[in-house]
Amino acid sequence: MSVETVWKELNIKHAHPSIEEVLASGKFLVSGEIGPPKGPDVEEVIEHIDLLKDKVHAMNITDNQSSVMRYPSLATALMILERGGEPNLQITCRDRNRMSLENELLFAYTRGVRSVLCLTGDSVPVGDHKDAKSVFDLESVQLLNMIRGMEEGMDLGGNEMNAPVKFFKGAIVTPEAHPIEPQLIKFEKKVEAGAQWIQTQAIYDMDNFAEFMKTARQYPVKLQAGLVLLTSAGMAKYMNANVPGVTVPQDLIDEMAASEKGKAIDTGIKIMARHIKRIREENLADGVHIMAIGKEGVVPRILEEAELDINAL
Amino acid sequence: MIVTRPKAFEVILKELEDAKSVFLVGCGDCATVCQTGGEDQVKEMTEKLTAEGKTVTGNVIMETGCHELDLKKEFRAHKDELEKADAVMVMSCGAGTQSARSGTDKPVFPANDTMFLGNVMRVGQFEEKCRLCGECILDMTGAVCPVTRCHKGILNGPCGGTNEGKCEVDPDKDCAWTLIYQQLEKEGKLSKMKEYQPPKNWNPELKPGRIVLEREKGGE
Repeated sequence: MSVETVWKELNIKHAHPSIEEVLASGKFLVSGEIGPPKGPDVEEVIEHIDLLKDKVHAMNITDNQSSVMRYPSLATALMILERGGEPNLQITCRDRNRMSLENELLFAYTRGVRSVLCLTGDSVPVGDHKDAKSVFDLESVQLLNMIRGMEEGMDLGGNEMNAPVKFFKGAIVTPEAHPIEPQLIKFEKKVEAGAQWIQTQAIYDMDNFAEFMKTARQYPVKLQAGLVLLTSAGMAKYMNANVPGVTVPQDLIDEMAASEKGKAIDTGIKIMARHIKRIREENLADGVHIMAIGKEGVVPRILEEAELDINAL
Repeated sequence: MIVTRPKAFEVILKELEDAKSVFLVGCGDCATVCQTGGEDQVKEMTEKLTAEGKTVTGNVIMETGCHELDLKKEFRAHKDELEKADAVMVMSCGAGTQSARSGTDKPVFPANDTMFLGNVMRVGQFEEKCRLCGECILDMTGAVCPVTRCHKGILNGPCGGTNEGKCEVDPDKDCAWTLIYQQLEKEGKLSKMKEYQPPKNWNPELKPGRIVLEREKGGE
């Protein structure tokens, strides 16, 4: 039975084109992000999905982000489909061995998930289950390669499956990592292992990003710039001190600090909108991935200020 | 070097709650270097247990705690002291404790936690550099092990958590992949880092490991 028939039998519908289709059409890809909740109450997630589903092409769903145990990414992806959005399933190697990754992907495939973002995953001790056993049976490059094998109908044990799968496979890169050279080698390996498009870690320094893109453009992959909403000067400083590979330049910190009391988020929105405009105007990337981290409610405002309407592209 | 760390004394007392008398086993090898089971520590343990009202019937410091044949010999030599003891407390690694297990029917308890296979950096300073994975890839990585020295043990380059050559989970620890990059660059062998490392075989030797060397025919 073809997967399309399976979807039909299970009443799975895609209200939007896939990420692959959006990029193939040459459109500027706009994605948002849904962070599953800590526990079974999904009210807020449903609100966020409904708010974003027609404003962005796709929504990433984080997978136990920052190694904090949460509602499952795949369950949230299915919820996005059920409510008429397009999910981009993040899948990490931290909590699953190769067999578990494979059957998670089989599940996702038959339920209509068309794109997966392949990640190694954060370290266990940075999260809220510090005593847990880390898995890391595979990492991002091997995960990409494993999916490519599954697309040829083979599992990682070398056994034939009863049908192949097909995903549009994404990966991430950290343009502001120091040193950058080892990251670029890994970036190249991800592309060689089958990554078809890339989302970056949060970037703030547009000149540095433009420089990075000169290298990145040499590879046959589309690339989305990752943008994280600044909500305060304190948050910017915190990220500089605590999030490796993320650098908020001093002038942006100053701009945030100069905000009127209680209006810092407006400045954050303004900065992100400005960055989106520059990325589009200078064709720095093939799209943007907007991470509002709990402030999904303001994403429509960001898009409005950036004059970015996916339905008008 | 098997690196051990002493358990808290209260934990040891809890282990020994049913024992009025104890026979102590030290180790002259790793546990001596780690100061967890050498002569000084066995003496100190004897004093502390005595102060708690326990009788220490005797002790033996094994040349190597994990050598079971030697241990059985030593235990036979200390038969009387062992007979008098309600329990055996082993100040060695987990392997040494289980050597003792095979040498007596008495209850056996560990005095230490066994941490890792460590290199001795200087007196009292140990670092883990090999995780005993059974399938060495140091030829590909400039003799720096990512399986062990990368917190995530990943095989195809650094994660996004690498930070100025340090690891995000502990800024005192080097990022293994930065070290590998620097070494291979020096050797002019960055091509090795660019080569795809396939998923690892985590079962090159079925656990628990057992290797028996074949004896040469006609040998002794």
